[in-house]
Amino acid sequence: MYLKFVYCKKKDGMVLNKKSWFHKVLHFYVDGFRSMTVGKTLWLIIFIKVFIMFAILKVFFFKGFLSERYDNDKDKSIHVLEELISR
Amino acid sequence: MEEINSSLVDWSRAQFALTAIYHWFFVPLTLGLAFILAFMESIYVKTGNPEWKKITKFWMTIFGINFAIGVATGIILEFEFGTNWSNYSWFVGDIFGTPLAIEGIMAFFLESTFIAVMFFGWNKVSKRFHLVSTWLVAFGANISALWILVANGWMQFPAGMYFNPDTVRNEMHNFWEVLFSPVAVHKFLHTITSGFTLASIFVVGVSAWFLLKKRERSFALKSILVASIFGLISSLYLAFTGDSSARYVAEKQPMKFAAMEGLYEGRTNAPLVAFGILGSKKIEEGKQHHDFLMKLEIPSMLSILAFQDAKAFVPGINDLVYGNEKYRVMSTSEKIVRGNLARETLKEFKEAKESGNTAHYDSIKTVFLSEHFQKNYFCYFGYSYFNKPEMVIPNVPTSFYSFHIMVFLGFYFIAFFVVALVLLYKDTLDKSRWFLRVALWAIPLPYIASQAGWILAEVGRQPWVIQDYMPTMAAVSRLSTTSVQITFFLFAILFTALLIAEIKILIRQIKIGPKEGGH
Repeated sequence: MYLKFVYCKKKDGMVLNKKSWFHKVLHFYVDGFRSMTVGKTLWLIIFIKVFIMFAILKVFFFKGFLSERYDNDKDKSIHVLEELISR
Repeated sequence: MEEINSSLVDWSRAQFALTAIYHWFFVPLTLGLAFILAFMESIYVKTGNPEWKKITKFWMTIFGINFAIGVATGIILEFEFGTNWSNYSWFVGDIFGTPLAIEGIMAFFLESTFIAVMFFGWNKVSKRFHLVSTWLVAFGANISALWILVANGWMQFPAGMYFNPDTVRNEMHNFWEVLFSPVAVHKFLHTITSGFTLASIFVVGVSAWFLLKKRERSFALKSILVASIFGLISSLYLAFTGDSSARYVAEKQPMKFAAMEGLYEGRTNAPLVAFGILGSKKIEEGKQHHDFLMKLEIPSMLSILAFQDAKAFVPGINDLVYGNEKYRVMSTSEKIVRGNLARETLKEFKEAKESGNTAHYDSIKTVFLSEHFQKNYFCYFGYSYFNKPEMVIPNVPTSFYSFHIMVFLGFYFIAFFVVALVLLYKDTLDKSRWFLRVALWAIPLPYIASQAGWILAEVGRQPWVIQDYMPTMAAVSRLSTTSVQITFFLFAILFTALLIAEIKILIRQIKIGPKEGGH
């Protein structure tokens, strides 16, 4: 698919078939991922882990104590000051 | 205001400890193995011998498995800072935020870019560019660790900051003082060298397994050679950085130092307990004490270790709690009085601010920010949360045993690498099956030593989350204990599953061996 992005560039009367730097990098990564053996299992583990962390733990269990209760830094600082003084 | 529930503090601590301990199962192997790979690949580029390429690729696969499973497990610690430790997170302000932000940016750009070249770049980029990428991954991984260790070092010894009562945050006034704080520097060096030692033992242990199975002889011996040389240098340097770290603990955290030696009564010519078994806790004349059931001491060594002077006085736990006029050790009661005054001033500041009395507000702020107040009162702010001086004593048996296990294993590792190199030199290593078995069973030992080191650092620091400024009980968020218990068990399940996955994939890949090892 990415090969479709290969373009021709006319320079000093010569036609050059040249992949851009971006496409070379893309090619490099796509080839790398395709040739992985153990890596595919590892990527699956990484995706499951990151999904659990960000889509479940962060959303439902770790919302951020101060951010959830206060909109601005001033209110957050008042809360913490009260905690420090009264606890 | 309602008192904070002690079980909430305990569960929050347990949750953080669980996450940090699991995270630390993955990190040190990454730190050390990255350099071992760089050495192996350098030999390949220098000699052109394809066997070194095969060796490098095998260990690179092992590195990749560990990196992939461990990556991002540290982010959960940051979730916990915001949710469970919100007072602490707010109070530390940019002291913690800046190093962690730098870590995130560096880890992303340096590690993720060059790790791709390292894994995907064989035969696609030049040998030298590939080698440079491998070295950059090694340096990048270790420099990433620098920032979190700087933040941790600051918690052990706050420096380069002042507390702004308006924002209720510590603000950094000198970045370099935070970065080059002696505690942070020594903590960084000690921690990364522990990772180097761990990875070296891992490589020797796995290679020993191949030799025991009479497989891949040349691969295993070459791997052991590189790992043993790196391991010996690392473990010697580890002892050196351990010694310098201990001196800073003696100076900046004398209570932790006394606890890790089980020293209750301070003395000159203080001996070092090389080996000892603590008895149960006793209260004698109103003072805590742990007798030793047995101990083996090195005369004057603790004084030398702490102050490089055999005659130096090393304060004990009771000196630090009840004071010692002769040696000018301030009592905890006096620190509590000063801390209370700092807290009262902060309260007065808040009331003046709320009442709109600008003149009073300005005058209190001036006093608060004065050097005299900061150095004589605010530096004891955290003591105001204690209602009896004995509350500053950490868990002595945990500190004592974790310290001694770590030190004992540290010296064992030096001997281990020396023996490995001697056997290699004599060309008898693969025939010395006793050593191969020892090497295989040595794999868990650096993990135990490394975790013991962290337990000493964190349990020995208690009751503080920020030494002298904020006790753990003041740092915790006012959450329900049940919600913390639920997330504790969720993490336990998630991390245990990851650890099992890591071990299973690693064992499978090791059994395949270097011949077919791929990424």
